[in-house]
Amino acid sequence: MPYIPHTEEDRKKMLATIGVDRIDDLFCEIPENLRFRGELDMPTGLDEHHLFLHLFEIAAKNLSSAKLTWFLGAGLYDRYIPASVGAVISRGEFLTAYTPYQPEFSQGYLQTIYEFQSMIAELYGMDVANASMYDGSTSMAEAALMSCAQTGRGKIAVSEAVHPHYRQVLETYAWSSSHQCVEIATPEGATTDFTHVDDETACLIVQYPNFFGQIEDLTAARAAATAAGALLVVVADPVAMALLPPPGEFGADVVVGEGQPLGIPMGFGGPMVGLYACRREYVRRLPGRIVGRTHDHEGRSGFTMTLRTREQDIRREKATSNICTNEALMALAATVYLCAVGKTGLRSVAESTVRNTQYAISKLTEAGGRIRFSGRVFGEFVLELPRNATEVRDQLIGQGIMAGLPLGPYYPKLEHCLLVALTEVRTKEQIDDFAAKLRAIL
Amino acid sequence: MNVPTDLKYTKSHEWVRMEGDIATIGITEYAQAELGDIVFVELPDVGRALQPEESFGTVESVKTVSDLYAPVPGEIVETNGKLGAQSELVNTDPFGDGWMVKIRVSDASAAERLLSPDAYQAILES
Repeated sequence: MPYIPHTEEDRKKMLATIGVDRIDDLFCEIPENLRFRGELDMPTGLDEHHLFLHLFEIAAKNLSSAKLTWFLGAGLYDRYIPASVGAVISRGEFLTAYTPYQPEFSQGYLQTIYEFQSMIAELYGMDVANASMYDGSTSMAEAALMSCAQTGRGKIAVSEAVHPHYRQVLETYAWSSSHQCVEIATPEGATTDFTHVDDETACLIVQYPNFFGQIEDLTAARAAATAAGALLVVVADPVAMALLPPPGEFGADVVVGEGQPLGIPMGFGGPMVGLYACRREYVRRLPGRIVGRTHDHEGRSGFTMTLRTREQDIRREKATSNICTNEALMALAATVYLCAVGKTGLRSVAESTVRNTQYAISKLTEAGGRIRFSGRVFGEFVLELPRNATEVRDQLIGQGIMAGLPLGPYYPKLEHCLLVALTEVRTKEQIDDFAAKLRAIL
Repeated sequence: MNVPTDLKYTKSHEWVRMEGDIATIGITEYAQAELGDIVFVELPDVGRALQPEESFGTVESVKTVSDLYAPVPGEIVETNGKLGAQSELVNTDPFGDGWMVKIRVSDASAAERLLSPDAYQAILES
């Protein structure tokens, strides 16, 4: 991003336009005693050329999938992104500072959002989906709040095999709305103990496949939620839906997820896009924006935001969500991705992922690792090593391999365990190389 | 604005028809006119106990959502199932087919404290 210059003349013009003499007058609302006096502890400015050099130097410290062979997933995945995604979302009609929702001049954008909703609902096997949320973690927290509002209950039962960061976000939301989170232990890597799901529980939250890569038994989860009168919330990887039966087939009430694997770069953690779908009966509690298809007064088909009265700018303090926007550009990227790869393409992405995963399991166990949990996996698995996983990971970084996520910091009992992710872009040679280097250091 | 003389009223524009210990409740003609086209009515489950002035449901129009408040305490004994598919009945017949819930009143004196048609008319005119 280039410098955006403000000349002295520009500043004067802007101040004159809003009727203010000095920039300081803009802060007159802030009481004197709260204002900072003195010099900011910052270096002096750099010219554009030197600033770029400085930033490149800092950026060079990053590790990325461009420098290392990438086996790290844990929520964000190194997947192939067709060039058409970048080409479409960079167009001036779409690349705007704020999503234009006005139907009078935004039919194109509104249609892409409508298509996005339709595809997400179909992928998850659900009736309706919203226009997207910030990311997978906030989608999940919103689903918990919606469940509390729907059931009039305040307890949220969440599996320990749900992404640890998602659970942290959930805790923050729950704390601020005085709901209680209870974590379900998963010593064998999958969610099987439902004793915490009782008649005070608003929802049961499980992930599919879960954080350890295991494919949860949603039939059992549905039965436990139903017995308690609780809703079933499933966090689901959209790519895995190309092979697994979607949560909708098991009767899930809400399905949420991270849309990053659908054509969005890992980008050091953002921007992402949250997916959110539910059964039709909850549509009036669905958080965020929804675009609907309708007709104008001349009978022509068109698109517009709908069910707006759910949202906080209208519903005020009675609204169950404060999200009155969507992650439009990233939702567009996911839409273009899904259109580009199509149904068979997404299936082939998922199949390649499974093949690479099974090959990696055989190679890495030959190399001295052990599979920690015995259940079925999709594209990720927990590899137990004879020694501390963080040390092994760090050693392999030195040899050009990002081996995965050491689980010790999140699950103290798993400090010898590494969460390894495979995608369709890994090759046999890369996996063989990883296995050879792992064998050499164990 | 039509204010039937055989009903009682609240400041929040609900009407109440008392028959024995059963109170039938809806929103007034004035209320539906203010809301505009009503697209959805959310009603409580039968059997729910309500405190006076507790919110028991919502009525959604194309421009807003308003809460419905219990004018009298008691238990919900019936809700108007027709409103699920035909919420516009609240617009076309607010005092008749547009009724919303029936409550078995637990405190008869609460009904006596409701507004008379004249008092409600006075509020509309003020």
